[in-house]
Amino acid sequence: MGNENKPMKLAYYPGCTLKNQATNFDVSTVSSMAKLDVEVEELDRWNCCGTVHALDSDNVMNRVAPITNMIRVKEMQAKTEGMAGEFMTSCAMCYNTLKRANIDVQQRADALETINELLYLEKTKYQGDVEVLHLLEYLRDRVGFDNLAKKVTRPLKGLRVACYYGCLLMRPKEVAFDDAENPTIMENLIRALGATPVEFSHKMECCGAYQTVDKPDVIADRTDRIMGSASEERADLVVVSCPLCAFNLDYRQDDAKRLNPDFNNMPVLYFTQLMALAFGCDEAALRFDLQHIDPLPVLKARGLD
Amino acid sequence: MDTTLRITSAHAGSSFTARIEKISGQKLLACYQCGKCSAGCPMAAHMDVLPNRMIRMAQLGMQQQLLETKAIWMCVSCLTCNSRCPKGIKIAEVIEALRKAALGGGERNDNLKIMELTPEARSVLPPIATISAMRKLTS
Repeated sequence: MGNENKPMKLAYYPGCTLKNQATNFDVSTVSSMAKLDVEVEELDRWNCCGTVHALDSDNVMNRVAPITNMIRVKEMQAKTEGMAGEFMTSCAMCYNTLKRANIDVQQRADALETINELLYLEKTKYQGDVEVLHLLEYLRDRVGFDNLAKKVTRPLKGLRVACYYGCLLMRPKEVAFDDAENPTIMENLIRALGATPVEFSHKMECCGAYQTVDKPDVIADRTDRIMGSASEERADLVVVSCPLCAFNLDYRQDDAKRLNPDFNNMPVLYFTQLMALAFGCDEAALRFDLQHIDPLPVLKARGLD
Repeated sequence: MDTTLRITSAHAGSSFTARIEKISGQKLLACYQCGKCSAGCPMAAHMDVLPNRMIRMAQLGMQQQLLETKAIWMCVSCLTCNSRCPKGIKIAEVIEALRKAALGGGERNDNLKIMELTPEARSVLPPIATISAMRKLTS
C-alpha cells in the first residue's frame, strides 16, 4: 500500500459494459480505490477486448484487439511517474480475455511477431511485458485484506453475502488467481468488509452467458437454480464480478419468476458496490438505482441503508 | 435424432475427424467416454446431444448429424468440462471447432439472427452479451 502522502497510481481498463449498463460497477470501482489511496487512471484509447477468447487454433487475428490494450498500458506507463507495467480491470470477462491473450503471446513468439507486424503503425512494439490483474487479485496481493479492513467505516455487520464466481475468474487454471474449483478470495474480501459470506452450491456454475441474447428462457432456468441455491442458504444478496452474470442473475429474475412461481427475488450487486458501501461512499458511487432488483429493503433490514 | 450407427472401417480416420482435430488442436481419440464432461455441464439440460456423445460422434466422422445438433450452439465455453477431463481433452475447443465448421460452410448461415429480435429485447442487452454472442454464434 502506498504511503500516506503519495497515492499509488494504477492503470485501469473499464471495458465496454462498465461504460454502458454497468456504470455502477465503474463508479464503485473508482470510488472505493480512491478510499484505499490508489489513484486509478483510466487507459487512454482503450478498445474492446473482444469479450471472449477464441478457442480455435487459427486465432492470431482475435488476439490483436486485446494486445493493442497492452500497448496502451506501456504508453501510459512511459509518461506516468510511479506507474508499474501492469493494469487492473474489475470485469471478469475482460480479465479473462486480456489475460489469456497475454499468456498466449508470451508463450508464442511467432504470434507476437505477427501481431506487432499487423500493428506496424503503433510506435510501441509489444514484448509481452505487461501484467494483467483482476481487481480482486490486486486487493489481496497489493493492498492486502487486512489493510483494506482498516478503511471500513461502516462494517456490513449481519449481511449474508453469497459470492458468485461464474466461469471466467478461475477457468482455465492458467488465469486462476485462487483455487479453480473452490475459490475463497471473494469471501475473504466480504469478511474484511464485516459481512458474513455464505457458502452455496452454485457459486462456480455458469449463468448461461450470452445465450441471454436469444434464449432468455435458458437463462431463466440457470438464474432460478443459481439464485435458488443462494436463497436456500439464506443469503441476503449475491455479489458478482461480471456484468454479464449480473445482467443474467438480476435482470432475468422476471423470467425466472415466470418459470418458477416459488422463485424468491434477491438483489445482485457488484463486489465493488459492497466495498464502496463499507467505505462510506454515497449513492453517486453506489448507483443502486441501476439495480433491477432493489437492494435497499435487504440493506435496510440489516440497518445498512 | 437417430444416432444409431453401424460402425464399419469407413468411420475410422475420416477427413471430418481430422479437420476437427486440426481446428481444435485436440486429440479426439484420447476420449474413453467417462462422461465427466457431460456430468458437470451446466447447459446439459438444454442440449439434444451431450458433450461426451459429441466427442464420440466426432471420432466416428458423423459430420452431418453433429453439425445439425442444437447442442453445439448451446455450449457457452464455460470450460468446466476442460478443467475436469481426465484425459486432458479441451472439449470446449472441440465444440468451438464444430461451430466453426458449421459456420464456414460456404454460404452464410448464422445461428444467431440478431435482427429477428424485437427492438425492446435488443435495447436492454449489455454490449458484453451482444458482442460475445455475435463472436460465438455468427460467421
